[in-house]
Amino acid sequence: MKTLRQRLVPYGLMGPGLIWLFVFFVIPMYFMGQLSLKTGSLGAGYELTWAFENYTDSISQYSDQFLRAFYYAGVASFLCLLIGYPLAYAIAFKAGRWKNLMLFAVVAPFFTTYLIRTIAWKTLLDDTSPIVSVLKFLQIVPQDGRVLATSGAVIAGLTYNFLPFMVLPLFASLERLDRRLLEAGKDLYASAAQTFWRITLPLTAPGIIAGVLLTFIPAAGDYVNVIFLGGTKQAMIGNVIQSKYLVVNDYPDAAALSFTLMAIILVALIIYIKFAGTGALMGDEEEAT
Amino acid sequence: MRAWRWLKEHAVLGVGILALIYMLAPIAIIAIFSFNDPSGRYNFEWVGFTTQYWQEPFAIEPLTDALLLSIRLAFFTAIGATILGTLLAIALVRYEFFGRRAANLLIVIPMATPEVVIGAALLSFFLSASFALGFTTLLIAHIMFSISFVVIVVRSRLIGFDRRLEEAAADLGASPVTTFRKVTLPLLAPGVASAAMLSFALSIDDFVISNFNSGAVVTFPLYIFGANQRGIPVQVNVIATMLFAITVMAMLAVIIQQRRAEKMQERRADDDNKATVSVPI
Repeated sequence: MKTLRQRLVPYGLMGPGLIWLFVFFVIPMYFMGQLSLKTGSLGAGYELTWAFENYTDSISQYSDQFLRAFYYAGVASFLCLLIGYPLAYAIAFKAGRWKNLMLFAVVAPFFTTYLIRTIAWKTLLDDTSPIVSVLKFLQIVPQDGRVLATSGAVIAGLTYNFLPFMVLPLFASLERLDRRLLEAGKDLYASAAQTFWRITLPLTAPGIIAGVLLTFIPAAGDYVNVIFLGGTKQAMIGNVIQSKYLVVNDYPDAAALSFTLMAIILVALIIYIKFAGTGALMGDEEEAT
Repeated sequence: MRAWRWLKEHAVLGVGILALIYMLAPIAIIAIFSFNDPSGRYNFEWVGFTTQYWQEPFAIEPLTDALLLSIRLAFFTAIGATILGTLLAIALVRYEFFGRRAANLLIVIPMATPEVVIGAALLSFFLSASFALGFTTLLIAHIMFSISFVVIVVRSRLIGFDRRLEEAAADLGASPVTTFRKVTLPLLAPGVASAAMLSFALSIDDFVISNFNSGAVVTFPLYIFGANQRGIPVQVNVIATMLFAITVMAMLAVIIQQRRAEKMQERRADDDNKATVSVPI
């Protein structure tokens, strides 16, 4: 029989951390929700008028930026999967004693600032860069064309910046794969391709889904890549939220857009947690709480 | 035919290495352009080699100030987030309690929220509460988004923890506090240390959330963002390269240290085996 004091211990341990998260994550969300229903201006102050038209107006006005954000994030996540899966597979199965070094190289981009990495891409894709000359020579880019300030540049930047978030969960699920199943497949005369499509791929599906979520979510809200690599024609919803909050100071509309983005992502997340549990996002599979 | 088979066997590795080159190329560009001698304000085109900027990496005062501020902020963030997150992880792994599911959600959801939303929500909160933006609001925000990552790192260390060691200490008459200090904490230390390093790195790298909640305070990423309009000084590349080299060396030191510890353990285990074999009873 546990005493009351013993039973209170976990709450005491969790208290400070959970209170911090509650006060500085949950309550701010509430304030943002409230702000999104206010009308007024920065000078005259804001008043809560339950202005739901903030939502309808801003969503219809910025539907292009919303759709573009999801489109770019979708393409970038798909490219991350396309590049990340062979990479994770190579590290897990083919790297041998180079495994740790290759894993290290995957996380190495994190050791330089996000902004500087994006600016390095700007250097690589700049009009004077040799890469652009090669692309022009190969007629992939027209002679008088540019690479910067195009959708392609923004998607390339997003793909590059969020690739490690795809590789790490994929590697984790490939590493955990029971190799005996692959041998069993071979023993039963499955070709390498059949083994991959019918054993490896289905068993690493949790890693794929986690990777797609971990790349799609930050990519959908990103505004840094557009600022450095894109132009006004590539603006994503993150750019609208950022400029409305920090440049134009149109807080209620900005809050409404931000709240909508959060709601869409929460829906995706809740569906995922329903199937996989919070454990999968925290890095283990058994404990589906 | 043999060439074809070789190609088939190594195709995945080849694609993997290409992917790694793709990931590492921008870092190489940063380092290479720290030796550039740009003709104008913009450091995008290779002009000529110089070590001038490596000789005076801290010549630009606002840049140095921003870097120092970021280091200070990351230091306090690491301390705060590591303490709060470690306690949370201990509670989640060691105890069964009511509200566990809700606690897990509260930890996972901030990680899965786009940074722009976290930044916007915190700014809305600080505005509504008329809280002045500055170092304090940055620290609050950075600790908030680092906690979840600390929990995950420490949690994974705790799950593989041999609890019999603690029971042994208790059997030998150690009080719970002594057990925690002398047994739990030293065994947990590598996990706690890597969690602290991770939150330090997250904080020093953060741009988006800081962009919303910094007020007039300028961190290292915010300085770069501001400088982008008028041309980024070459010193930014120099400092970025330095930071990269320092982090890589620190990581390698940790890995080598761990290798050595593992080898020692193996050797000790071998000795033990030999000992049991060579003593005929």
